[in-house]
Amino acid sequence: MAKTPVTFTLNDAEAALFVDPGAALVDVLRRGAGDLTPKQGCAQGTCGACTVLIDGVPHLSCLTLAETVQGRHVETTSGLAGGPDLHPLQKAFIEGFAAQCGFCTSGMLMAAKSLLDQTPDPTRDQVIEAISGNLCRCTGYEPIVDAILTAAAEMQGRPAQQGVR
Amino acid sequence: MVEVQTCQTMAEAAASLGEGARYLGGGTIVMRQVNYGDQSFHRIVRALQPERGVRGDVQGLRIGAGTTMADLLASSEVRFLHPVARQIGGPAIRNMATLGGNLFAQNPYGDLAVALLALDAQVVMSGGQAQPMERFLAERGHLRGLVEAVSLPRPQPGTFYFRKVSRVKPKGVSVMSLAGCLRSGDPRVVFGNMGPAPTRARAAERALAGGLSEAAISAACSVCTEGLAPADDALASAWYRREVAAVHLRRMLDSGASD
Repeated sequence: MAKTPVTFTLNDAEAALFVDPGAALVDVLRRGAGDLTPKQGCAQGTCGACTVLIDGVPHLSCLTLAETVQGRHVETTSGLAGGPDLHPLQKAFIEGFAAQCGFCTSGMLMAAKSLLDQTPDPTRDQVIEAISGNLCRCTGYEPIVDAILTAAAEMQGRPAQQGVR
Repeated sequence: MVEVQTCQTMAEAAASLGEGARYLGGGTIVMRQVNYGDQSFHRIVRALQPERGVRGDVQGLRIGAGTTMADLLASSEVRFLHPVARQIGGPAIRNMATLGGNLFAQNPYGDLAVALLALDAQVVMSGGQAQPMERFLAERGHLRGLVEAVSLPRPQPGTFYFRKVSRVKPKGVSVMSLAGCLRSGDPRVVFGNMGPAPTRARAAERALAGGLSEAAISAACSVCTEGLAPADDALASAWYRREVAAVHLRRMLDSGASD
Protein backbone atom coordinates (compact mmCIF):
# COMPACT_ATOMS: atom_id res chain seq x y z
CA MET A 1 0.00 0.00 0.00
CA ALA A 2 1.27 3.47 -0.83
CA LYS A 3 3.18 5.33 1.82
CA THR A 4 2.20 8.86 2.75
CA PRO A 5 4.72 11.72 2.87
CA VAL A 6 4.71 13.65 6.14
CA THR A 7 6.76 16.72 7.01
CA PHE A 8 6.90 18.16 10.49
CA THR A 9 9.29 19.85 12.90
CA LEU A 10 10.92 17.34 15.22
CA ASN A 11 12.42 19.32 18.08
CA ASP A 12 14.52 21.91 16.20
CA ALA A 13 14.89 20.10 12.88
CA GLU A 14 12.67 19.53 9.90
CA ALA A 15 11.65 15.91 9.39
CA ALA A 16 10.36 14.54 6.09
CA LEU A 17 9.35 10.89 6.11
CA PHE A 18 7.23 8.40 4.23
CA VAL A 19 4.89 6.64 6.63
CA ASP A 20 2.88 3.44 6.30
CA PRO A 21 -0.89 3.89 6.30
CA GLY A 22 -2.20 3.55 9.85
CA ALA A 23 1.27 3.92 11.40
CA ALA A 24 1.37 5.39 14.89
CA LEU A 25 3.59 8.40 15.53
CA VAL A 26 5.68 6.50 18.10
CA ASP A 27 6.73 3.96 15.45
CA VAL A 28 7.54 6.67 12.94
CA LEU A 29 9.62 8.60 15.48
CA ARG A 30 11.52 5.50 16.59
CA ARG A 31 11.97 3.60 13.32
CA GLY A 32 11.66 6.39 10.77
CA ALA A 33 13.31 9.35 12.49
CA GLY A 34 15.60 7.26 14.72
CA ASP A 35 14.49 9.10 17.87
CA LEU A 36 14.31 6.35 20.48
CA THR A 37 13.26 8.57 23.40
CA PRO A 38 9.48 8.01 23.12
CA LYS A 39 8.89 4.50 24.49
CA GLN A 40 6.30 2.09 23.19
CA GLY A 41 4.71 0.72 26.35
CA CYS A 42 1.09 -0.40 26.33
CA ALA A 43 0.06 0.81 22.83
CA GLN A 44 -3.39 1.54 24.25
CA GLY A 45 -3.08 4.92 25.95
CA THR A 46 -2.72 3.67 29.49
CA CYS A 47 0.95 4.06 30.43
CA GLY A 48 2.06 7.42 29.03
CA ALA A 49 5.59 6.21 28.18
CA CYS A 50 5.19 7.49 24.60
CA THR A 51 4.14 11.02 25.65
CA VAL A 52 5.38 13.73 23.27
CA LEU A 53 4.36 17.36 22.89
CA ILE A 54 2.53 18.31 19.71
CA ASP A 55 2.33 22.07 19.28
CA GLY A 56 3.29 22.33 22.95
CA VAL A 57 0.68 20.09 24.54
CA PRO A 58 1.07 16.45 25.60
CA HIS A 59 -0.17 13.73 23.28
CA LEU A 60 0.23 9.99 23.34
CA SER A 61 2.30 9.14 20.28
CA CYS A 62 1.09 5.52 20.29
CA LEU A 63 -2.48 6.73 19.67
CA THR A 64 -1.56 9.50 17.22
CA LEU A 65 -1.92 8.62 13.55
CA ALA A 66 1.49 9.67 12.22
CA GLU A 67 0.17 11.58 9.22
CA THR A 68 -1.86 13.89 11.48
CA VAL A 69 1.34 15.69 12.56
CA GLN A 70 1.81 17.12 9.05
CA GLY A 71 3.06 20.69 9.48
CA ARG A 72 3.08 20.50 13.26
CA HIS A 73 5.80 20.75 15.91
CA VAL A 74 6.66 17.53 17.75
CA GLU A 75 8.87 17.68 20.83
CA THR A 76 10.51 14.63 22.37
CA THR A 77 12.97 14.10 25.20
CA SER A 78 15.88 14.12 22.75
CA GLY A 79 15.18 17.81 22.22
CA LEU A 80 15.24 18.73 25.92
CA ALA A 81 18.99 19.03 26.40
CA GLY A 82 20.80 21.95 24.81
CA GLY A 83 23.96 20.23 23.54
CA PRO A 84 25.94 18.96 26.52
CA ASP A 85 23.74 20.89 28.97
CA LEU A 86 20.89 18.86 30.34
CA HIS A 87 17.48 20.44 30.91
CA PRO A 88 16.86 21.30 34.60
CA LEU A 89 14.23 18.54 34.65
CA GLN A 90 16.76 15.97 33.44
CA LYS A 91 19.32 17.15 36.00
CA ALA A 92 16.76 17.00 38.80
CA PHE A 93 15.69 13.49 37.76
CA ILE A 94 19.32 12.29 37.87
CA GLU A 95 20.20 14.03 41.12
CA GLY A 96 16.96 13.00 42.81
CA PHE A 97 17.13 9.34 41.73
CA ALA A 98 13.81 9.81 39.95
CA ALA A 99 14.60 7.20 37.30
CA GLN A 100 14.74 3.60 38.40
CA CYS A 101 14.32 1.30 35.39
CA GLY A 102 13.94 4.45 33.28
CA PHE A 103 11.20 3.22 30.97
CA CYS A 104 8.64 5.83 32.06
CA THR A 105 11.22 8.63 32.35
CA SER A 106 10.97 10.23 28.92
CA GLY A 107 7.15 10.30 29.12
CA MET A 108 7.36 11.77 32.62
CA LEU A 109 9.83 14.41 31.42
CA MET A 110 7.57 15.51 28.56
CA ALA A 111 4.48 15.66 30.79
CA ALA A 112 6.52 17.67 33.30
CA LYS A 113 7.92 20.00 30.63
CA SER A 114 4.40 20.77 29.44
CA LEU A 115 3.36 21.55 33.01
CA LEU A 116 6.33 23.87 33.66
CA ASP A 117 5.85 25.62 30.30
CA GLN A 118 2.33 26.59 31.38
CA THR A 119 2.68 26.66 35.17
CA PRO A 120 6.28 27.59 36.06
CA ASP A 121 5.69 27.34 39.81
CA PRO A 122 3.31 24.42 40.31
CA THR A 123 1.98 23.03 43.56
CA ARG A 124 2.60 19.41 44.47
CA ASP A 125 -1.01 18.58 43.56
CA GLN A 126 -0.58 20.18 40.13
CA VAL A 127 2.51 18.04 39.53
CA ILE A 128 0.61 14.90 40.54
CA GLU A 129 -2.23 15.83 38.20
CA ALA A 130 0.20 16.58 35.36
CA ILE A 131 1.80 13.12 35.53
CA SER A 132 -1.46 11.30 36.31
CA GLY A 133 -1.45 9.77 32.83
CA ASN A 134 2.07 8.37 33.25
CA LEU A 135 2.59 5.07 35.00
CA CYS A 136 5.83 4.20 36.81
CA ARG A 137 5.87 0.44 37.37
CA CYS A 138 8.82 0.83 39.74
CA THR A 139 6.28 2.92 41.72
CA GLY A 140 8.88 5.63 42.26
CA TYR A 141 6.39 8.47 42.15
CA GLU A 142 7.60 10.45 45.16
CA PRO A 143 11.14 11.08 43.80
CA ILE A 144 9.60 11.96 40.41
CA VAL A 145 7.27 14.54 41.96
CA ASP A 146 10.14 15.90 44.07
CA ALA A 147 12.39 16.16 41.00
CA ILE A 148 9.79 18.12 39.04
CA LEU A 149 9.32 20.53 41.96
CA THR A 150 13.10 20.86 42.30
CA ALA A 151 13.47 21.64 38.60
CA ALA A 152 10.66 24.20 38.83
CA ALA A 153 12.40 25.89 41.75
CA GLU A 154 15.73 25.97 39.92
CA MET A 155 14.13 27.40 36.79
CA GLN A 156 12.54 30.07 38.97
CA GLY A 157 15.97 30.88 40.39
CA ARG A 158 15.26 29.91 43.96
CA PRO A 159 16.65 27.09 46.12
CA ALA A 160 14.81 23.78 45.94
CA GLN A 161 12.85 22.74 49.00
CA GLN A 162 13.97 19.16 49.18
CA GLY A 163 11.62 16.69 50.81
CA VAL A 164 8.72 19.12 51.11
CA ARG A 165 5.54 17.10 50.94
CA MET B 1 -2.60 -2.89 7.25
CA VAL B 2 -5.32 -0.27 7.13
CA GLU B 3 -5.98 2.28 4.46
CA VAL B 4 -6.39 5.92 5.52
CA GLN B 5 -8.80 8.24 3.77
CA THR B 6 -8.52 11.91 4.63
CA CYS B 7 -11.56 14.09 3.93
CA GLN B 8 -11.94 17.83 4.24
CA THR B 9 -15.32 17.99 5.98
CA MET B 10 -17.43 15.72 8.17
CA ALA B 11 -20.06 15.53 5.43
CA GLU B 12 -17.47 14.11 3.04
CA ALA B 13 -16.27 11.72 5.74
CA ALA B 14 -19.83 10.57 6.41
CA ALA B 15 -20.29 9.84 2.71
CA SER B 16 -17.02 7.85 2.65
CA LEU B 17 -17.94 5.58 5.56
CA GLY B 18 -19.26 2.14 4.79
CA GLU B 19 -18.51 -1.52 5.20
CA GLY B 20 -15.16 -2.11 6.90
CA ALA B 21 -14.55 1.59 7.65
CA ARG B 22 -14.07 3.34 10.98
CA TYR B 23 -14.07 7.10 11.62
CA LEU B 24 -10.96 8.39 13.39
CA GLY B 25 -11.58 11.25 15.82
CA GLY B 26 -9.00 11.79 18.56
CA GLY B 27 -7.51 8.35 18.08
CA THR B 28 -7.87 7.08 21.64
CA ILE B 29 -10.28 4.31 20.61
CA VAL B 30 -9.54 3.60 16.95
CA MET B 31 -5.71 3.79 17.09
CA ARG B 32 -5.77 1.40 20.01
CA GLN B 33 -7.73 -1.03 17.82
CA VAL B 34 -5.24 -0.50 14.98
CA ASN B 35 -2.31 -1.17 17.33
CA TYR B 36 -3.91 -4.40 18.50
CA GLY B 37 -4.57 -5.66 14.98
CA ASP B 38 -8.37 -5.36 15.03
CA GLN B 39 -9.53 -7.10 11.85
CA SER B 40 -13.11 -5.77 11.94
CA PHE B 41 -12.17 -2.78 9.76
CA HIS B 42 -9.61 -2.12 7.07
CA ARG B 43 -10.16 1.55 6.35
CA ILE B 44 -9.85 4.66 8.52
CA VAL B 45 -11.75 7.77 7.51
CA ARG B 46 -10.86 11.11 9.05
CA ALA B 47 -11.88 14.72 8.54
CA LEU B 48 -9.50 17.68 8.58
CA GLN B 49 -12.23 20.04 9.77
CA PRO B 50 -14.49 18.22 12.23
CA GLU B 51 -17.03 20.33 14.11
CA ARG B 52 -15.13 21.42 17.19
CA GLY B 53 -16.04 23.67 20.08
CA VAL B 54 -19.05 24.82 22.10
CA ARG B 55 -21.66 27.16 20.73
CA GLY B 56 -24.41 28.57 22.88
CA ASP B 57 -27.59 30.44 21.98
CA VAL B 58 -30.99 31.01 23.54
CA GLN B 59 -32.05 27.47 22.61
CA GLY B 60 -29.20 25.82 24.44
CA LEU B 61 -25.77 24.45 23.66
CA ARG B 62 -24.26 22.66 20.69
CA ILE B 63 -20.97 20.83 21.15
CA GLY B 64 -19.10 19.54 18.09
CA ALA B 65 -18.14 15.87 17.96
CA GLY B 66 -14.49 16.87 17.50
CA THR B 67 -14.43 18.83 20.77
CA THR B 68 -11.75 17.41 23.07
CA MET B 69 -12.00 17.02 26.83
CA ALA B 70 -9.38 19.81 27.09
CA ASP B 71 -11.61 22.03 24.89
CA LEU B 72 -14.54 21.42 27.26
CA LEU B 73 -12.33 22.35 30.23
CA ALA B 74 -11.37 25.58 28.46
CA SER B 75 -14.99 26.58 27.81
CA SER B 76 -16.86 28.60 30.41
CA GLU B 77 -20.14 27.81 28.59
CA VAL B 78 -20.01 24.22 29.84
CA ARG B 79 -18.62 24.74 33.33
CA PHE B 80 -21.06 22.10 34.61
CA LEU B 81 -19.25 19.50 32.48
CA HIS B 82 -15.80 20.36 33.87
CA PRO B 83 -15.97 17.81 36.73
CA VAL B 84 -16.75 15.15 34.11
CA ALA B 85 -14.06 16.10 31.58
CA ARG B 86 -11.43 16.59 34.31
CA GLN B 87 -11.83 12.99 35.46
CA ILE B 88 -11.37 11.46 32.01
CA GLY B 89 -7.82 10.18 31.41
CA GLY B 90 -4.66 12.12 32.11
CA PRO B 91 -3.71 15.43 30.41
CA ALA B 92 -2.53 13.78 27.18
CA ILE B 93 -5.74 11.77 26.79
CA ARG B 94 -7.79 14.91 27.47
CA ASN B 95 -5.91 16.71 24.67
CA MET B 96 -6.89 13.94 22.25
CA ALA B 97 -10.15 12.26 23.29
CA THR B 98 -13.24 13.78 21.73
CA LEU B 99 -16.88 14.03 22.70
CA GLY B 100 -17.84 12.08 19.57
CA GLY B 101 -15.58 9.20 20.52
CA ASN B 102 -16.87 9.13 24.09
CA LEU B 103 -20.37 8.45 22.78
CA PHE B 104 -19.06 5.14 21.40
CA ALA B 105 -16.64 4.27 24.22
CA GLN B 106 -17.25 0.85 25.72
CA ASN B 107 -17.03 0.09 29.44
CA PRO B 108 -15.15 1.05 31.53
CA TYR B 109 -14.94 4.29 29.49
CA GLY B 110 -17.65 6.69 28.39
CA ASP B 111 -18.20 8.91 31.44
CA LEU B 112 -19.16 11.91 29.32
CA ALA B 113 -21.92 9.90 27.64
CA VAL B 114 -23.32 9.18 31.12
CA ALA B 115 -23.49 12.91 31.80
CA LEU B 116 -25.01 13.70 28.39
CA LEU B 117 -27.78 11.14 28.90
CA ALA B 118 -28.64 12.76 32.23
CA LEU B 119 -28.67 16.16 30.51
CA ASP B 120 -31.22 15.03 27.87
CA ALA B 121 -28.76 15.66 25.04
CA GLN B 122 -29.72 15.05 21.42
CA VAL B 123 -27.20 13.45 19.10
CA VAL B 124 -26.99 15.32 15.79
CA MET B 125 -25.92 13.15 12.88
CA SER B 126 -24.16 14.42 9.79
CA GLY B 127 -27.07 15.40 7.58
CA GLY B 128 -28.83 17.18 10.43
CA GLN B 129 -31.19 14.58 11.86
CA ALA B 130 -31.15 14.43 15.67
CA GLN B 131 -32.13 11.69 18.08
CA PRO B 132 -32.27 11.48 21.86
CA MET B 133 -29.20 10.06 23.63
CA GLU B 134 -31.19 7.13 24.97
CA ARG B 135 -32.20 5.91 21.51
CA PHE B 136 -28.72 6.64 20.15
CA LEU B 137 -27.11 4.54 22.90
CA ALA B 138 -29.46 1.64 22.19
CA GLU B 139 -28.58 1.73 18.49
CA ARG B 140 -24.94 2.80 18.56
CA GLY B 141 -23.57 -0.69 17.80
CA HIS B 142 -25.22 -0.85 14.39
CA LEU B 143 -25.49 2.81 13.52
CA ARG B 144 -24.98 4.12 10.00
CA GLY B 145 -23.64 7.62 9.61
CA LEU B 146 -21.42 9.98 11.53
CA VAL B 147 -22.08 11.97 14.69
CA GLU B 148 -21.56 15.66 14.01
CA ALA B 149 -22.44 17.22 17.37
CA VAL B 150 -24.66 17.00 20.42
CA SER B 151 -27.17 19.62 21.43
CA LEU B 152 -28.49 20.02 24.93
CA PRO B 153 -30.47 22.43 27.03
CA ARG B 154 -28.49 24.37 29.63
CA PRO B 155 -29.18 22.73 33.00
CA GLN B 156 -30.74 24.97 35.62
CA PRO B 157 -28.00 26.06 38.04
CA GLY B 158 -27.55 23.66 40.93
CA THR B 159 -29.27 20.70 39.28
CA PHE B 160 -26.40 18.75 37.66
CA TYR B 161 -24.63 16.08 39.69
CA PHE B 162 -21.74 13.80 38.72
CA ARG B 163 -19.67 11.17 40.47
CA LYS B 164 -17.02 8.86 39.07
CA VAL B 165 -16.01 5.86 41.14
CA SER B 166 -12.51 4.58 40.39
CA ARG B 167 -9.89 2.67 42.29
CA VAL B 168 -6.95 4.89 41.30
CA LYS B 169 -6.74 8.61 41.94
CA PRO B 170 -6.44 11.08 40.31
CA LYS B 171 -6.69 9.04 37.11
CA GLY B 172 -8.51 5.76 36.86
CA VAL B 173 -11.19 4.05 34.83
CA SER B 174 -14.69 3.78 36.20
CA VAL B 175 -15.95 1.06 38.48
CA MET B 176 -19.13 3.00 37.78
CA SER B 177 -20.05 6.58 37.08
CA LEU B 178 -23.23 8.40 38.01
CA ALA B 179 -24.85 11.55 36.74
CA GLY B 180 -28.04 13.30 37.72
CA CYS B 181 -30.01 16.24 36.45
CA LEU B 182 -32.29 16.79 39.41
CA ARG B 183 -34.81 19.39 38.41
CA SER B 184 -38.06 18.87 40.25
CA GLY B 185 -40.84 17.03 38.46
CA ASP B 186 -38.74 15.30 35.81
CA PRO B 187 -35.34 14.33 37.21
CA ARG B 188 -32.73 12.13 35.55
CA VAL B 189 -30.48 9.61 37.28
CA VAL B 190 -28.01 7.74 35.05
CA PHE B 191 -25.48 5.02 35.79
CA GLY B 192 -22.48 4.17 33.62
CA ASN B 193 -20.73 0.79 33.58
CA MET B 194 -23.86 -0.75 35.13
CA GLY B 195 -24.92 -2.31 31.83
CA PRO B 196 -23.73 -2.43 28.23
CA ALA B 197 -24.39 1.33 27.82
CA PRO B 198 -25.22 4.24 30.16
CA THR B 199 -28.63 3.51 31.66
CA ARG B 200 -31.33 5.61 33.32
CA ALA B 201 -32.34 4.40 36.77
CA ARG B 202 -36.02 5.09 36.27
CA ALA B 203 -37.17 3.83 39.68
CA ALA B 204 -34.74 6.21 41.36
CA GLU B 205 -35.93 9.04 39.10
CA ARG B 206 -39.55 8.43 40.16
CA ALA B 207 -38.52 8.47 43.83
CA LEU B 208 -36.79 11.86 43.36
CA ALA B 209 -39.56 13.48 41.30
CA GLY B 210 -40.88 15.35 44.31
CA GLY B 211 -37.53 16.80 45.35
CA LEU B 212 -34.42 15.89 47.30
CA SER B 213 -35.86 15.24 50.77
CA GLU B 214 -34.11 12.73 53.01
CA ALA B 215 -37.03 10.32 52.57
CA ALA B 216 -36.90 10.67 48.78
CA ILE B 217 -33.15 10.10 48.71
CA SER B 218 -33.51 6.96 50.86
CA ALA B 219 -36.28 5.69 48.61
CA ALA B 220 -34.23 6.39 45.48
CA CYS B 221 -31.20 4.59 46.92
CA SER B 222 -33.25 1.51 47.82
CA VAL B 223 -34.47 1.07 44.23
CA CYS B 224 -31.57 2.52 42.23
CA THR B 225 -30.32 -0.79 40.78
CA GLU B 226 -33.70 -1.75 39.31
CA GLY B 227 -33.29 -2.29 35.60
CA LEU B 228 -29.49 -2.14 35.71
CA ALA B 229 -27.42 -5.04 34.41
CA PRO B 230 -23.82 -4.69 35.63
CA ALA B 231 -21.21 -7.21 34.53
CA ASP B 232 -18.17 -8.78 36.15
CA ASP B 233 -14.89 -7.32 34.96
CA ALA B 234 -11.34 -6.90 36.20
CA LEU B 235 -12.35 -3.85 38.27
CA ALA B 236 -15.31 -5.26 40.18
CA SER B 237 -17.89 -8.01 40.16
CA ALA B 238 -21.50 -7.42 39.19
CA TRP B 239 -22.47 -8.33 42.77
CA TYR B 240 -20.14 -5.66 44.19
CA ARG B 241 -21.46 -3.04 41.80
CA ARG B 242 -25.04 -3.75 42.84
CA GLU B 243 -24.06 -3.64 46.52
CA VAL B 244 -22.32 -0.25 46.35
CA ALA B 245 -24.49 1.57 43.77
CA ALA B 246 -26.81 2.99 46.45
CA VAL B 247 -23.85 4.17 48.54
CA HIS B 248 -22.46 6.14 45.60
CA LEU B 249 -25.85 7.55 44.62
CA ARG B 250 -26.22 8.86 48.17
CA ARG B 251 -22.68 10.27 48.18
CA MET B 252 -23.31 12.00 44.87
CA LEU B 253 -26.52 13.58 46.15
CA ASP B 254 -24.95 14.50 49.52
CA SER B 255 -21.92 16.14 47.90
CA GLY B 256 -24.10 18.63 46.08
CA ALA B 257 -24.46 19.77 42.51
CA SER B 258 -21.28 20.11 40.47
CA ASP B 259 -22.33 23.29 38.68
